[in-house]
Amino acid sequence: MAAIEFEGKSYEVDEEGYLLDLNQWVPGLADIMAKDEDAVLTDAHWEVINFLREYYEEYQIAPAVRVLTKAIGKKLGKDKGNSKYLYELFPYGPGKQACKYAGLPKPTGCV
Amino acid sequence: MSNVKKFMYINNKAPYGTIYAWESLEVVLIGAAFDQDVSLMFTGDGVYQLMKGQDTKEVGIKNFSPTYAALGDYDINKIYVEKESLDARGLTVDDLMHLVWEDEDEDWAEKDSIKVVTSAELAEILDQQDVVLSF
Repeated sequence: MAAIEFEGKSYEVDEEGYLLDLNQWVPGLADIMAKDEDAVLTDAHWEVINFLREYYEEYQIAPAVRVLTKAIGKKLGKDKGNSKYLYELFPYGPGKQACKYAGLPKPTGCV
Repeated sequence: MSNVKKFMYINNKAPYGTIYAWESLEVVLIGAAFDQDVSLMFTGDGVYQLMKGQDTKEVGIKNFSPTYAALGDYDINKIYVEKESLDARGLTVDDLMHLVWEDEDEDWAEKDSIKVVTSAELAEILDQQDVVLSF
């Protein structure tokens, strides 16, 4: 099983790099995962990552991209609730990539 | 769009004794990505899936009931509960979670998703479906 080493602790991830136990998540892991994909996390990224964690906390699922886009638009404004904005932040797919950084499982219905 | 089909998911089992309830919910959420006309129906012990205040701590299984509240986000707002099944278990709609959806055409007005219907009405609704999946 693959693992990420961070501050002397080992975090198990699956074959695609998703954290196995979402309760273990600490923000620093997101930065390491991003670095691995040549990305640097800005406040704009964190806005989405934190939103996903809150969504999971409330509904116990990671939302599908369509749902995420709509919900972000409602919460953070129309200029952010569109796929262009979200794909610019997360070029590998806002659902897949942002959920990974947030320590959540791959979104249900993510193909 | 002519290729939109009417899908009905029947949920007839208690939520945690078997995997059916959770599997059904996952299939519903995945299917929602394909823009079909989706309805859900809860009959028999399946009505327990929608009960308020579920607590699974003692059985060591994830409480997935909060996920039903996300159905509105997935544009799933036709959730039928059979009246006879509620009556037989001494339940009313007030024992169930309050599930809502937001109508974009009416300035995001919140509307109830759950409709309690008689088995005769359910039979009619079932008759109009293209695809029926039973869990």
